[in-house]
Amino acid sequence: MKGRIFSVVGGMFLLTVCSKGDRGTVQAAPPAPQPAVSSDPTAGAAGGTITGKIKFTGVAPKNPAIDMSEEAACKAKYKTTPTEENVVAGPANALANVFIYVSAGVPAGQTFTAPTTPVVLDQNGCRYHPHVFGVMVGQNIEIKNSDPLLHNIKAIAKKNRPFNVSQPNAGMTKTVTFAAPEVMVNLECNVHGWMHAYVGVRPDPFYAVSGPDGSFSITGLPPGTYTIEAWHEKFGTQTATVTIAGTESKTANLTFAAH
Amino acid sequence: MTSALLLIVLIAAQDTSAGKQVYTKWCAGCHGDNGAGDGPGARHMIPPPRDFTGAIYQIRSTPSGQLPTDADLLRSIDEGLFGTAMPGWKSRLSDRQRRDVLAYIKTFSTFFADTTQRPQPIAFGSAPGGGGSAEALRVGRQFYDSIGCRKCHGDQGRGDGPSAPTLKDDAQHPIFAANLHENWRFNGGGTVGDIYHRLRTGLDGTPMPSFSDLIDNKFLTDEQLWRVAQYVRSLSPKETPVVRDVLHAPLAKTLPHAPDDSAWTAVDVYWFPLVGQIVHKERWFAPAVTGVWVKAVHTADSIALRVVWDDRSESPDTSWLPFVGRVFKTLESEDSTREQPASWPDEMIVQFPVSIPSGMERPYFLMGSASAPVYQWRWSSATRTAPVAGLARGIDRFDPLVVGSGPAAQAVYDHGQWRVVLTRALASTDTASQLPFRTGRAIPVAFFASDGSNGEHGSRMAISTWYFLALDEPVPAQVFISPVLAMVLTLGLGMLVVWRAQQKTSYRRQQ
Repeated sequence: MKGRIFSVVGGMFLLTVCSKGDRGTVQAAPPAPQPAVSSDPTAGAAGGTITGKIKFTGVAPKNPAIDMSEEAACKAKYKTTPTEENVVAGPANALANVFIYVSAGVPAGQTFTAPTTPVVLDQNGCRYHPHVFGVMVGQNIEIKNSDPLLHNIKAIAKKNRPFNVSQPNAGMTKTVTFAAPEVMVNLECNVHGWMHAYVGVRPDPFYAVSGPDGSFSITGLPPGTYTIEAWHEKFGTQTATVTIAGTESKTANLTFAAH
Repeated sequence: MTSALLLIVLIAAQDTSAGKQVYTKWCAGCHGDNGAGDGPGARHMIPPPRDFTGAIYQIRSTPSGQLPTDADLLRSIDEGLFGTAMPGWKSRLSDRQRRDVLAYIKTFSTFFADTTQRPQPIAFGSAPGGGGSAEALRVGRQFYDSIGCRKCHGDQGRGDGPSAPTLKDDAQHPIFAANLHENWRFNGGGTVGDIYHRLRTGLDGTPMPSFSDLIDNKFLTDEQLWRVAQYVRSLSPKETPVVRDVLHAPLAKTLPHAPDDSAWTAVDVYWFPLVGQIVHKERWFAPAVTGVWVKAVHTADSIALRVVWDDRSESPDTSWLPFVGRVFKTLESEDSTREQPASWPDEMIVQFPVSIPSGMERPYFLMGSASAPVYQWRWSSATRTAPVAGLARGIDRFDPLVVGSGPAAQAVYDHGQWRVVLTRALASTDTASQLPFRTGRAIPVAFFASDGSNGEHGSRMAISTWYFLALDEPVPAQVFISPVLAMVLTLGLGMLVVWRAQQKTSYRRQQ
């Protein structure tokens, strides 16, 4: 009798243990997107190209001046009072620092290898260089400090793990990667509240950042119909649809409304 | 076979619901039904409750960006997060309940189910010896400066650094840099080890970064970072301050009027904690002033109270305006139209009854009532040397007494700290409304403080309950003379007895 009770109790204990394991698998989330491992022969210099110009209508808000009086070493790097880079406008209402990427149309299941060259993010003069950039999933970002003072680099992300690390000395570097596509991951320095950078993390190489004249170019697209999305930190997003057949070059100009 | 399966299903269901039940009963009120940190209590808190959906945790043993271990999470559940609204649950929930709720909390984020996200705790080692030595503290201070702690925590560590007004957490809520003089309020604990661990891991989701890369990149040795932790620990009292009910004011020959008069160093200091005013609308759940350190002395005819409190800002200070805006945005307002953020001054109030009560009856602690007013000294950073005396008849009614009847005041603001000395004659010409101070009596006293740069103003303030002030009476000279006299007499008598006995002995020998 005693033995029986023990076996029942023991069995229930085992079941409890097992059930915990079961629960874990039941509630497991869909697996996170895997970093690109296999390369695709169609993605290369060959293929179609989307080029265009990013513009805006209306009046661009003025970028606030940055008070660097607390940081003499940064202040000394500027001849005139530096400003934030919220809206960087070029001639004829051209808009720089817009992240443009293919948001739909790349066949599912197609994977791309991340470039082995890292993207360098420099903290210089208490500003980020570049201010907006893209990387591929798994691609190294080398964060370096060119200022002889404390910066912390905080990543605010939802699909990726956020982090917050410090670089109190000039010459410090740190290499980070992001594991999941996310547009955008915000990077900020809390010591200097004006320091913001934005990184678009993509599973493919089909992205670009508009230059000072608003122009951009996405190359190597296989034939297909694509949705491209343009993201700007103040003006939101714009989309366009482009169909590529062969190795042609298509134009897609996008216009934001300043508000 | 089928019954065994049924049993499995039943137990599994029970097990899942166990954690959920505990969570729903004890946690959801603040953390929300879906773990998003948005329960009904959330809009009354700064810092707000944890949003579990992002799996971003401050208190970890793992590098920045990694998930916490189960032990890390259990520690926060068991001990709570000091200095926040999160209590410890070790004594309220069973081991099983805490484990169940821990498992349930992890289900709010998919990161915990991702097998590539395995937390790897840092091998911390232990503190090098000699942590309290002057040399260790000098080294700690040197690196406190060089690695930039002062940018947020300030030159003297009171959370008043140049970047302090701009600080936000990941969700854009306002966040204070910790006041390093109050280690009993450090979220993850106040020991040297706790501080070192936070330096290594950072507090994810907040502006506090990890400093591990400094060691990995050989810019700092492990020992040097430990010295920083030891220096930070040295800023707080050795023991968490204990609240004593009676504030003794010894008798002094002269009255120290200046806050930094050296005469104050010999006077005992008392700690009175303050809490948010949550009795009357508009209630205030996020007070910035955590307490006051008070010293008191009196002379034959006057009294001096030295009230010291930490405040990150010398208000009114326009650089804190955006911070006030974020505070108001985070906290739910109880008024239909909340005031716009403004640059309010800092205020401090000392409260007494109008007269020393003969029995145990005291006026209502929170600014008296219409029928039983209280006598107050209201000090403001806007005037500094001209506090106003008056009668409060409830929280929203203050009648100043005639100009010039207030106490004299001197105030110093120094690196995140106010030091104010208030002085007044013991006697009062208007005994009906101005308390005459008497020695040897228990005089009720209470304290209030508000930080204008935290949006505090009017009923939005920090308050204490009643304590007592006792003006020690001069000890009569006979208290000192009587025992000496008694001793001399006893000695004299004893010697007399011995002398007589010796006389007799020698007389017998001669016989």
